[in-house]
Amino acid sequence: MSEATSERESWRAWLTTDVPRSRRQARLAQAYLGWTVFRSNPLALLGFLIIVGLLLMAAAAPWIATHDPVAQDLAERLSPPGQNGFLLGSDDLGRDIYSRIVYGSKVTLLIVTLVAVTAPVIGLLVGTAAGYMGGWVDLVLMRITDIFLAFPRLVLALAFVAALGAGIENAILAITLTAWPPYARIARAETLTIRKADYIAAIQLQGAGALRIITGHIWPLCISSIIIRMTLDMAGVILTAAGLGFLGLGAQPPLPEWGAMISAGRRYILDQWWVATMPGMTIFIVSLGFNLLGDGLRDVLDPKRASR
Amino acid sequence: MLRVEDLWVRFPKRGGGVVEAVRGISFSVGRERVGIVGESGSGKSLTGRSILRLVRPPGESVARRIEFEGTELQTLSEREMRQVRGEKISMVMQDPKFSLNPVMTVGDQIMESYRLHTDAPKGEARARMIEMLEAVQIRAPERVARLYPHEVSGGMGQRIMIAMMLAPDPALLIADEPTSALDVTVQMSVLQIMDRLVRERGMGLIFISHDLNLVATFCDRVLIMYGGRIVETCPADALHEAKHPYTRALLNSLPRLDQPAHRLEVMKRDPAWLEEPSVDAFA
Repeated sequence: MSEATSERESWRAWLTTDVPRSRRQARLAQAYLGWTVFRSNPLALLGFLIIVGLLLMAAAAPWIATHDPVAQDLAERLSPPGQNGFLLGSDDLGRDIYSRIVYGSKVTLLIVTLVAVTAPVIGLLVGTAAGYMGGWVDLVLMRITDIFLAFPRLVLALAFVAALGAGIENAILAITLTAWPPYARIARAETLTIRKADYIAAIQLQGAGALRIITGHIWPLCISSIIIRMTLDMAGVILTAAGLGFLGLGAQPPLPEWGAMISAGRRYILDQWWVATMPGMTIFIVSLGFNLLGDGLRDVLDPKRASR
Repeated sequence: MLRVEDLWVRFPKRGGGVVEAVRGISFSVGRERVGIVGESGSGKSLTGRSILRLVRPPGESVARRIEFEGTELQTLSEREMRQVRGEKISMVMQDPKFSLNPVMTVGDQIMESYRLHTDAPKGEARARMIEMLEAVQIRAPERVARLYPHEVSGGMGQRIMIAMMLAPDPALLIADEPTSALDVTVQMSVLQIMDRLVRERGMGLIFISHDLNLVATFCDRVLIMYGGRIVETCPADALHEAKHPYTRALLNSLPRLDQPAHRLEVMKRDPAWLEEPSVDAFA
């Protein structure tokens, strides 16, 4: 017991030393410092745990689900939670809601990840090009961005899905197309402050072209603010995806998607409340988790943060 | 090598009208070290920038001729101009704190400057980068190459900047007050390194500074600028025999060990200097 404690103490000492002996130790110490700041914020930690839980749930779906998410059992439809072996009850086709939520986490993560790797890239491209080139390029690109921003997000996504056809791929595409404008705005603002810096002039007078300067020298400087914005944006993405699912334009049955599940439970909301409530709670918890995590990460990653 | 004739740099004023920062100067630079001296606002930095065509809009520079190794720089397209920048003419800027990209390692930046102009594979560029860092007397170049600009000192940063600018082997180097942001103690070592490299490679050097003594010790020829014009040109070793009243006033405003003065002279500016024609400083 005491041996274990002293070992932990020595690890702590190694991580918090003022005189790191190697670069690796210095880097780990820096990471540890960030972790302590993050940990001192209980809400951020809660968000972190929720997201870790979500990831584990998606990864271990086949093992922790009690039923096949698409197997129907009409004899036991609309069973209340806890009865007939249905942990969170069953829906109108006798499918286990708990298992469907577990498998639904995969769908949600798929949407979130795909949007997270595409929308910021489009935004970054448009924003940095506009900011660096200036002039009419800036004017055209930013007015296009403004047009996208002028529509409510869900309405625009609806229009895209309606035009492209319902389905999960098109829903992801539509969400991406509606999610990039804020990133473009941020990237442009960052670029405007960097553009006239001496190190950009230095690389210009070495003969670098616009493309190389934008991708090699301006992008890395914009990344940190884009990442923060991304974590804060995740909840919105989940909500939009659920909204599209609810309206029948996202994931198509029998794919277990949380928004579509709420939509199916709508008809029974007064008598069999659990059918709509359970996936609703899940959406609520996961969005909350992403928001809390994003907030906490911003505090840790912001280089201008006041040291407390 | 470089021949500039009748160079003007103008900036529009907000309420109409123009400010003329450089007013019709002519000079030439061969494989020699030319110093440009003058007070703040005399147009020396803009002269350097306009050779590379990097005067920021809305400013514009026009000249009857800016000829480098027989090609007229003003008529080149932007793409052709990029071939000239770095590869033929390079520039070291004032403060290394601001002229190195904060999120790229020092080694990557030097390698990039080399690979912009050669199709060298990565391994070769790396070897070249290490070689350049050694040339500017950086010990443990392998380790320094992995550092970020905020991890190096000012003097080291400026030496890295010099390594970066000399990596593609330019024929002419423009040094725009390369040591003003540095400590007096490291100024000399940085200058010596630059001087040695320029001499070894037989490059031309335009050394822009406001420090007369520094220029006199490091250059072959000095151009003195005032109000956007070249008021006088003379060989560096004959600087103390300069005739123009402005140069004399500059010299007299410095304390000298061999001629102690009770009180240094205050410079009196004569508005007539602004009206004098620019001296042609051809070698």
